Amino acid sequence: MRIHHKTLVSLLLILLAFPVSAIADDLIMRRIGMTFPETMSALQSSIVEEGFKVSRVQRVDIGLTSSGYNTAEYRIVFFMREDVLHDIVKKHPELIPFLPLKITIFAERSDTLLVTLNPMKLDEFFPDLEMQKTFSQWNEEVNRILDRVQTE
Amino acid sequence: MFRFFIATFFFIFIALPSQAHARHDGEHIYLQYCVACHGYDGNGGMGIPLALPDFLSTASNDYLIKTIRNGRPGRVMPAFSDLSDDEVDMLISYIRSWSDSIPPKYSAKPINGNAVHGKQLYLDHCAECHGASGKGGDGTGVTMSRPRSQPILAPALNNSGFLISASDEMIKNTLIKGRKGTPMNSYLKEGLTEQDINDVVAYVRSFESDATASEEAGEEEPAVIIKESPYSVEETVSNLTDAVGSMNFRLIRIQNLDSGLAEESKEDKNQVIIYSCNFNILNEALKLDPRVGLFLPCRITVSQQDDKVLVMYANPKRMNEIYNNSELDSMCSEMKTVYEDMIDEALL
Repeated sequence: MRIHHKTLVSLLLILLAFPVSAIADDLIMRRIGMTFPETMSALQSSIVEEGFKVSRVQRVDIGLTSSGYNTAEYRIVFFMREDVLHDIVKKHPELIPFLPLKITIFAERSDTLLVTLNPMKLDEFFPDLEMQKTFSQWNEEVNRILDRVQTE
Repeated sequence: MFRFFIATFFFIFIALPSQAHARHDGEHIYLQYCVACHGYDGNGGMGIPLALPDFLSTASNDYLIKTIRNGRPGRVMPAFSDLSDDEVDMLISYIRSWSDSIPPKYSAKPINGNAVHGKQLYLDHCAECHGASGKGGDGTGVTMSRPRSQPILAPALNNSGFLISASDEMIKNTLIKGRKGTPMNSYLKEGLTEQDINDVVAYVRSFESDATASEEAGEEEPAVIIKESPYSVEETVSNLTDAVGSMNFRLIRIQNLDSGLAEESKEDKNQVIIYSCNFNILNEALKLDPRVGLFLPCRITVSQQDDKVLVMYANPKRMNEIYNNSELDSMCSEMKTVYEDMIDEALL
């Protein structure tokens, strides 16, 4: 049995080079190995670093506990760029219910989870708006925001 | 001698490093696609605890491959159809690294059993956790931030993803051995005979016909519902505020759309959001799926566009499709009705 040098090299290359393919999900989810307060702080900093403004943090957990329900920390962070928001209000009012953008943040034991709608899903919801470029940009920006929190 | 040399070379320099490499790349894939639900150490969260020793010792690689490929339609776990075969293999290699158990292999051959007798046994022994129709436990994954009655939720046996993935022999083996660390007991030890277990397997397999029918997609809903108000923005907001209260929702706040973004004096007062919440419904929704924050808080927007005043909301029935969670279906329908009623009352 003879094995050619080229065959061995090819075999090695096949075994060692496996690219990770991209998968488009409707939701973008990240698990962060930090406490809730640390993650919340990192998230808000990352949003600002990406050029957005945090418009509000909705404290869902406070509302739940004040109504008598048990929950760990659970909040929603709203963010947007003012000029982009005003532009969309004029040109594409049907998008208003999805704005400002938001990221849900909640504690799971010692980790924290971040969940947001994949902005590309809006292109599926509104295929006639020709907003793909904007949605694609938001998608990249949201992923960068979450990436920075994950590598904190 | 040459063959021995080649074999040794292959084992030391190719096979062993490639296994380590597969685990490393598998870890990378796991961190990218699985960790959010299944946790860093595979101990579960929204997803099941994959690292559970009895899970890995009873789940075949074929079962894991088909589960990754098909997901669980309507039960949160997505189908990763875009991963290559190599990536799926590497992922499984990484998941397997949590346990020393040897992956079992099961025959794909159907098991003959009496499904009628199996149904009775199923109702007596399985339905309490898996539901009479095999729909599985309520909610998502294991204990999260909210209380759960069990350390792991019973899987949906009537789910098409499960039925494609699990062979009859695997279901039988799980019934015989049970799974330590979960409420799933050994039903051989519970007194069932092997024939009884075959009958239960036959009954579980009979769910296949129901699974296909129940997962057919309905008519596509619009993403946003928009209605025109005959009133001014101010009057419409006032009417909606009253309607929120009459539907037993608590008014959270009324704000301009650009509040927190624009200077307060420059906010656009013709774009107004009314936030409200029914905490009982919210608590129930979070039990079913902790990701529903994207719906929150309940929101109706009033928008002046030229000479028209529009009232709009994101349609929960359309938004629901992003969750792959059929348990949210009825709640989303209910929420759409609530929005409709609020708006109808406000625009009368």
